[in-house]
Amino acid sequence: MNSAPSTIISRFLQSRIVWPLAGLALLLLFNFVFDRAFFEVSTRDGNFYGPMLTVMRLSVVVMLLAMGMTLVIATGGVDLSVGSVMAIVGTLTAFLAVKHHLSFPSLLGVAISVSLAIGVFNGVLISCVGIQPIVVTLIMMVLGRGVALNITGGSPLQVVDSGVLFLGKSFIVGVPVQIFLVVLVFAITVILCRKTAIGLFVEAVGDNETASRLSGVNARGIKVLVYIFSAVCAALAALVSIGDAGSVDPDGLGQMLELDAITAVVVGGTVLTGGRFTLLGSLIGALLIQTLATTLIRQGMDSAYAPVPKALVILVVCLLQSQKFRAQIASLIGNFRKPTS
Amino acid sequence: MLAAAITTFTGCDKKADTQSANPQGGGKKLVVGFSQVGADNDWRVAETKSIRDEAAKRGIELKYDDAKDDMSKQLAAISSFIAQGVDAIILAPKVETGWEPVLKEAKAAKIPVILVDRGIKVSDESLYATLIASDFVAEGKMAADWLAKKTGGKANIIELEGTPGAAPAIDRKKGFADGIAAFPEMKIIAAQSGDFKTAKGKEVTETLLQKHGKDVTAIYAHNDNMALGAIEAIKAAGKKPGQEIIIVSVDAVKAGFESMVKGELNCAVECTPLLGPAAFDAVDMALKGDKFDKKTVVQDRVFDQSSAATELPNRKY
Repeated sequence: MNSAPSTIISRFLQSRIVWPLAGLALLLLFNFVFDRAFFEVSTRDGNFYGPMLTVMRLSVVVMLLAMGMTLVIATGGVDLSVGSVMAIVGTLTAFLAVKHHLSFPSLLGVAISVSLAIGVFNGVLISCVGIQPIVVTLIMMVLGRGVALNITGGSPLQVVDSGVLFLGKSFIVGVPVQIFLVVLVFAITVILCRKTAIGLFVEAVGDNETASRLSGVNARGIKVLVYIFSAVCAALAALVSIGDAGSVDPDGLGQMLELDAITAVVVGGTVLTGGRFTLLGSLIGALLIQTLATTLIRQGMDSAYAPVPKALVILVVCLLQSQKFRAQIASLIGNFRKPTS
Repeated sequence: MLAAAITTFTGCDKKADTQSANPQGGGKKLVVGFSQVGADNDWRVAETKSIRDEAAKRGIELKYDDAKDDMSKQLAAISSFIAQGVDAIILAPKVETGWEPVLKEAKAAKIPVILVDRGIKVSDESLYATLIASDFVAEGKMAADWLAKKTGGKANIIELEGTPGAAPAIDRKKGFADGIAAFPEMKIIAAQSGDFKTAKGKEVTETLLQKHGKDVTAIYAHNDNMALGAIEAIKAAGKKPGQEIIIVSVDAVKAGFESMVKGELNCAVECTPLLGPAAFDAVDMALKGDKFDKKTVVQDRVFDQSSAATELPNRKY
């Protein structure tokens, strides 16, 4: 074997985002072979339109959740409350717009304030009181759903605010607005994490909290910060989701999306035990999940069995990410080759 | 010990009192216990109100318990009703299984149990008197009948199913399939689950409209929430909901009515929560010892754009 290509390949293989990218490429290849119409892009009223764009647009909600979830998971925690935060924020903003005719800036203010409060609640109970993240956020998940249901008595509500509808339905230079939003949030997060010390602190807390505290990192502050960030991301996701759907169902909004967000993070290459993280990987993970969902719908897969291929794809990507698994496969192949060659 | 003994005694005395008092008083006051699974949505709130109002109308004392979606609380509530010696129990069960022990207690105490809105699975059907509920299969059939009439028996349909495995999803699918079977030109060209959720209903419809394009002429959704999502997807695809694509759904909640009034949703088959009158009819029959069916179907109504505006002000849920 030549040494030059093998180093490039090995360096490529060491990058965390290579496996979710490989999974995505496989799915696209499947569609290229069996469903060429998947790639059709047309313009209507100057806006781009087509299955691929729909996939990108629909994956924005989980992308936003996954960015918050990435930082939480990097500190060694988890946030199960994001789906319920979406339900509270979505229902409350729709309700205030219908009943009290609040303007979009006020609605945005309410959405951010409510999510800030929930983030502080989660963060303080976890970092200052010392309750496990899964317990605190599970409480908030159950409580939040109840709060959301009580705002309207569980009935669905129309979304009437033009600002919220703009976030979910409109286009800028032919591209859906929410794609710009997710790029903006991603850019800000990456700058904050990589150009300041915050990202380093998050990884330090996730790697070894005690050591990071002893070396002067404000571990508690960092933890509260990531839960606040996660809740704010969920609030933005809620606005995008209800703007897109045009109405709110308090019992269904955001339900189970916390699991999709966690899946996106894990598939994207961030390990659940905390430490190093990749925001880009999580975005690719979210895109992978949505591409898969759309592919299954287009293939007419019976909904009762659709979770099976979803689980398989996730399993394969996670296995490929495991160095140990790759080493075992490599040695298997090696053993197989020796006698023949 | 002594205190406990006294309480037990007084408890027994009270029960003996009410039982002996009943035949004496000319207008005997029945006591009925109602165990509601939860009050987390307006449909259940309307159901509870219907049962409360009907009890008040008939001069029946209603003991109400809200189990807050907790099975163990619901079991405890029924045990407590039995201990209080109520004349009958109305139960809106959380799940299908796990009721046998407590229903055996009720049967031993000769207290009839009337189920409302959901059925249960028991090995011995004599453990409950009857189930008062909408017939989900009939709802699906009514949706199909309406659509057949509207489209002249010719439609290419996208079916938005409920959560896989859920009873309403299974039955509404079956009823609809039965209904369109008579019309060879009514075809379901795609059927996918939207999990009873608005956002998922929109996602599935949007994707299916891209795939099947111009072929789609109708959408049948297992609940209003998914239909509302589908309407947005149709608009996003540059088509007119209610005109270019006909939409039929089940549930007929307030938001569905608002959409019909706007001219977007075409038809909603009601799944009524107003089970009070039928439930107390069943209580009467059970106490008289009459024999009646194990399932009492409540008649659901069909609303379309022509009848929606008049009914909208009456919709509380």
